[in-house]
Amino acid sequence: MRSAVIVFPASNCDRDAAIALAKITGREPLMVWHEETTLPQVDFVVIPGGFSYGDYLRSGAIAARSPIMQDIVRKAGAGLPVAGFCNGFQVLTEAGLLPGALMRNKGLRFVCRPQTLKITNKTSMFTKAYKDQDEITVPIAHFDGNYYADDETLRGLRKSGQIIFKYVDNPNGSINDIAGISNKAGNVLGMMPHPERAIDALHGGTDGILLFKSVLESMR
Amino acid sequence: MKAIIHIGLKPGVLDPQGRTIARSLAHMGFDQVLGARQGKIIELALKGNDAVAAEAQVKDMCEKLLANTVIENYRFEIVAQD
Repeated sequence: MRSAVIVFPASNCDRDAAIALAKITGREPLMVWHEETTLPQVDFVVIPGGFSYGDYLRSGAIAARSPIMQDIVRKAGAGLPVAGFCNGFQVLTEAGLLPGALMRNKGLRFVCRPQTLKITNKTSMFTKAYKDQDEITVPIAHFDGNYYADDETLRGLRKSGQIIFKYVDNPNGSINDIAGISNKAGNVLGMMPHPERAIDALHGGTDGILLFKSVLESMR
Repeated sequence: MKAIIHIGLKPGVLDPQGRTIARSLAHMGFDQVLGARQGKIIELALKGNDAVAAEAQVKDMCEKLLANTVIENYRFEIVAQD
């Protein structure tokens, strides 16, 4: 599986994402600078965490309008698998690839801790390898993770099985405890937690590995 | 010309910063405060003096970048440069 990690000014989980992809897919991902206008031929794209453009205007807002994102929006629309973690989730909502928005945490605090998530859809291309697990624990580290969507959008998310992860013990005020969602077609995932930071037991856990394995399995 | 754009959270969208501001004002003894909503102002310096064309462009800018209309409302005015 060929993969790419998009790099924006002030991305800071791009290396973590690259290490996770290399470890699990067996191939080094391409690191693609945000000013590129064409995404290379790849099977999977990760929009990494960080503070792209210093979170100016709104988290992810400027990155979502960068040249590379225009091509990603086009290709994701044609079915290319894309996952955004943390700031990457914010970028995907700002780019219109995922519904809703991420707002300042309800408690007005930056939250940084291991977080337990309930897997609410185990048939998605991002979670199908978690056969024997209903919950995972992965790190969270964000200030703007409070997911919001209006009632009609939430109904649509529920109906189409687009709510992929929910928080156990909601850390940020997210509506319906939502931690991660997919688009309706199921090929775009956004989540505030960091599976790419949970791939090595020495770093506190390996619950993130099966997310990447799920994508890999979906390619076969 | 310039455009002065006010952006704020839509009614009904929780604004924890506004709530904290209101609480702080209450603590300070400003007992008339019922609530606060925090937003932002963006001032754009614009070339030319066609206010009608500017209005259309600024609206487009608000829709495409300056506001996130999922959670935010905006309003603006076009004024002569000081």
